[in-house]
Amino acid sequence: MERRAFFKYAGAGVAILGLAGSSCKKSADNNPAKKSTIDVGSGDTGILNYAYALEQLEAAFYTQVIATPYTGITAAETAILTDIRDHEIAHRAFYKAALGSGALAALVTDFSQINFADRTNVLDAAKGFEDLGVAAYNGVAYLIQDAVNLTIAGKIVSVEARHSAAIRNLSTTGTASPFSTFADATVIQPSTLNNVANPYNGLEAWRLPSQVLPTVNQYITVNLTATKLP
Amino acid sequence: MNIFNILEEIEKADPDFHDRINPRRAAIKNITNFGSKIAVTALPFAMRTIFQKAYGQTLPQSVTNILNFALKLEFLESAFYTQGLAAKSLVPTGGDTTAITTMSTQEKAHVVFLQTTLGSSAILQTTQGTNGTYDFTAGGLFPTVFTNYDTFLAVANGFEDTGVRAYKGQVPGLIGNQTVLTAALSIHSVEARHAATIRQLRSLRPAGPATIKPWITGANDTGNANLFNNYVGEDNVIQDNITITSLNALNGTVAVNTATEAFDEPLTLAQVLSLVAPFGVK
Repeated sequence: MERRAFFKYAGAGVAILGLAGSSCKKSADNNPAKKSTIDVGSGDTGILNYAYALEQLEAAFYTQVIATPYTGITAAETAILTDIRDHEIAHRAFYKAALGSGALAALVTDFSQINFADRTNVLDAAKGFEDLGVAAYNGVAYLIQDAVNLTIAGKIVSVEARHSAAIRNLSTTGTASPFSTFADATVIQPSTLNNVANPYNGLEAWRLPSQVLPTVNQYITVNLTATKLP
Repeated sequence: MNIFNILEEIEKADPDFHDRINPRRAAIKNITNFGSKIAVTALPFAMRTIFQKAYGQTLPQSVTNILNFALKLEFLESAFYTQGLAAKSLVPTGGDTTAITTMSTQEKAHVVFLQTTLGSSAILQTTQGTNGTYDFTAGGLFPTVFTNYDTFLAVANGFEDTGVRAYKGQVPGLIGNQTVLTAALSIHSVEARHAATIRQLRSLRPAGPATIKPWITGANDTGNANLFNNYVGEDNVIQDNITITSLNALNGTVAVNTATEAFDEPLTLAQVLSLVAPFGVK
């Protein structure tokens, strides 16, 4: 058993992701048993492909959000969501270029679980994807062997965290509790866990690929695995 | 409810945990006895001891230096928000107070985390500023920092974005270190959430910079010339020898603003220390 097992515990107190709640609506063609499997690979290439998959998912999601805006979308919301779309497309293009011939194939997404006409549904999904991305980068970074790759991951993860905060602040605009969720207990570790003081109080959640991919796989037409990664 | 539950939880995640600590079982027993008697607030220290006993971890000097650097910045931010919230009629009620209070609480938590991790190697807050008191006007650059909310937000904007850049700059020095790198990144992304939120608060202010976004566009986009050096290099569009503006986007290639916004840039330790020195960071 390796040291990372401890980290499963350490991050375990934070129940993240609105996305997980929507898993009950899995469509038939998204059944893991019927899907072909693609592995991200090993080492830094595997980690970059893993990040590339996440960015593909996000880029496709926001492209759809802007192509079919939800009812009642405001100018401010369109501006924020368009910027995020463009950032995710830039991230996707970067990984494709950086990976070259080692890049995963383009993934086909399936967002049938998401109602793009509904503001709450879209913003919740956006929040879920961003939080998942941040936790994924934070959780996989220690396995990156090349300092340039590690720095790039650092450059991207903070932008994903900015996205999450921005979306969460949009979600609470006009409610009785504005600005109340940008760093709340769904993503940031609480001061106590199981009634004892949590030594990781104030730190964001992190997730290993094995904890992230089941959610990713709900939204793509292949079954993505990371058998060489934890 | 007590430390035994923690050990059980660890065993669930790491079935070999007891084997790992077996040679030192006496030491662990002492800790657990200790744990049953101490206040809950002291448990992080016990946790740290268990971590070290079980994994034989000692922090190398280079890691200690990085963590103390981070601690200096967290001391600064924590004191800044504490003082801002205490200043009469500064932070408006409602969303602004909610946001600033959250940030204040989390910066305090980061201080505690770093102090706990560093143990006796942690620098003391009283080594900073003048006996622990900062000059948040930065020698007169921001004279209205605690009397004008827009100035307060501008300084917060600088602190948070610089904090993100500071942690990012230390990431290569922690390569492969699961415990410390993961923790540093997990603070780093919280700082980024704060930075984005401060920027959104500013965008809603009548006197705020009209075009500010939750992300950094180009170099200094804060509307405050005194923060110019905090954003040096943020306008970079080349990542790992790939020119982002030459890559394909939906229509044509990636725009310059998008390329700068999509990647936050690091600062070196020396760059950061020179930026926060006017506030009293040593």
